Amino acid sequence: MSNYPTPDKATLLEIYRKAATIKLNDERIIKEMKSGRLVTPYYSGRGQEIIPSALAMSLNDDDYLCTIYRGTHDMVAKGFPLDTMWAELAGRVTGSCKGKGGPMHLTHPESGCMVTTGIVGSSMPIAVGLGWAAKLDGKGQVAVATFGDGASNIGAFHESMNMAALFDLPVIFLCQNNLYAEHTSMQKSTKIDRYSKRADAYGMVGVTVNGNDPDEMYGAAKVAIDRARAGEGPTMIEAMTFRFNGHLIGDMCDYMKHGELAEAKQEDPVPALRQRLIDEGIASEDELAGMESGIKEVIEAAVAAAYDADYPDAIELKRDVFAQEIA
Amino acid sequence: MTETTKITMLEAINRALHDAMEADPKVLALGEEVADPEEGGVMGVTKGLSTKFGAERVVSTPISEQAIIGSAIGAAIGGYRPVAEIMLMNFVAVAMDMLTNHAAKLRFMSGGQTAVPMVVRTMTGSGFSTGGQHSDYLEAWFAHTPGMKVVAPSNPTDAYGLLRAAIEDDDPVLFIENIQLYFMPADFTAEKIPLGKARIAREGSDLTIITHSLMVNHAMAVADQMAKDGTEAEVIDLRTISPWDRETVLASVKKTGRALIVHEAVKEFGIGAEIASVINEELFGQLKAPVKRVGGAFCAVPYCKPLESAFAPSADSIGKAALELVA
Repeated sequence: MSNYPTPDKATLLEIYRKAATIKLNDERIIKEMKSGRLVTPYYSGRGQEIIPSALAMSLNDDDYLCTIYRGTHDMVAKGFPLDTMWAELAGRVTGSCKGKGGPMHLTHPESGCMVTTGIVGSSMPIAVGLGWAAKLDGKGQVAVATFGDGASNIGAFHESMNMAALFDLPVIFLCQNNLYAEHTSMQKSTKIDRYSKRADAYGMVGVTVNGNDPDEMYGAAKVAIDRARAGEGPTMIEAMTFRFNGHLIGDMCDYMKHGELAEAKQEDPVPALRQRLIDEGIASEDELAGMESGIKEVIEAAVAAAYDADYPDAIELKRDVFAQEIA
Repeated sequence: MTETTKITMLEAINRALHDAMEADPKVLALGEEVADPEEGGVMGVTKGLSTKFGAERVVSTPISEQAIIGSAIGAAIGGYRPVAEIMLMNFVAVAMDMLTNHAAKLRFMSGGQTAVPMVVRTMTGSGFSTGGQHSDYLEAWFAHTPGMKVVAPSNPTDAYGLLRAAIEDDDPVLFIENIQLYFMPADFTAEKIPLGKARIAREGSDLTIITHSLMVNHAMAVADQMAKDGTEAEVIDLRTISPWDRETVLASVKKTGRALIVHEAVKEFGIGAEIASVINEELFGQLKAPVKRVGGAFCAVPYCKPLESAFAPSADSIGKAALELVA
């Protein structure tokens, strides 16, 4: 990994700001669910914050993101506004999708969050098409498909990777390998030890990095994105990580190896980056505490505004099915 | 009005694609073998497109139905109007996740923020001894899917006009082409035809035959035969299956008091059930006889000629049902 570009101090601080926002937002959502006020099919990205935060440093608003049900961390990093996200979680008409999509279908084209799918791996074929559109537009945009290790075993993975490589499309296939496909371990899902090995079979560059390491993740993402922008085709990045809240909130994680979760939490990447910022003199404890309280204020305002808004009217059942409202 | 001349439906579709790509640089074509080096499609429907509009806009793909439809969805969200070809209708089964979970629903789930203005062209129909996986009419699957429009022309003029309208439509459209009809020359006028409007193929006062695609020809033959005995059948060519033209159908059945619905798809749970149900709901007291249906037999399309012929509705079986209706 030594030939990767490394993030400068300002970039590291920005990666932390994004990761802290994701972590605090996730914790707030879970608190809300546990209070009983928010009933929602939410899949936590806690533990995986560094991956999209480091990735997003090389993306622009008009770069495309196709993510999955475990994708709020990807979208927060990409710039999805928290107020419309919270209103959507609460199912209100002020939500980004007018309360019609929910957490598994969050969409916000202005920040490039084009598709969120509840179907494992279905982000990939659509990102290929967005990559095709980007290539035709010729403005140097890229499309990112994020998915998990479980999705690496679906058929559309093969079709998408092959086609993107064949046509040299500007697509980043970002596999966030948290070692579990729902309750099934990677060892019980494949004979290989690294999913990135598959990239070679499609004539595509594939790398495996420690997704929880901001240097590695930033470097791998920047190289892949630069390559895509230059018209040199797609890359598969397998970012190793771990999910702290299981598949669903309330998951007891009994299918995991004994001690595995506790060990991963010991290496929580967000506080680790925080400490590094202090150790390297990039930010002081006070500065970071100030940043965090600012983030919390934004989240609290988003939460309060979300519940203040109305639910959508039943007329919405007839709207957005087609371009024209159903009579 | 432009010139009137006799051409086949295959030629009409080819011409519609040429004209649409000429009219709008955002129109793309993709699918297996659609470009000229691969002979412009297995039937030659897309012949000439890649030579005229270039390999960037007209793309022969690997055999990857999920990635073909995914690419079309992504390109559509990215501002293009792709026309994807799925070689045979049975092959859409391979891409159902992309079609029904994504293409059809993204507009609604995103609260109208994204749209999928794409056309999926596909051919089908029994009569060639192609057996159980190359001949099915599956329009009911898609008519049952909110967000998807379904079109099935019966002649060159409608094929041209409806395809032009489908490409300009802001919603995903499944465009079903009958293989026997490809080769039947008929009078042709090059005009756009709005989706959702049925065509009264023949006026009559004694019964209404509601049908689409190849079955229109059989229904017309039956109507001609019945006229010899003084019974006048009105034949309605639906042209668009979803959303279907309730107004035209109900007005006709109100006039005749008798309705016969014909489709090549298996009768059970086919579109005839929905149409019959609406007729019963709206016109129960005005019907002179119970609504009848003729459809394919409840089995896979069989291989050998005698069974294949017995499977599909014919002028004989349609005529028999029509006579029972007016008896």
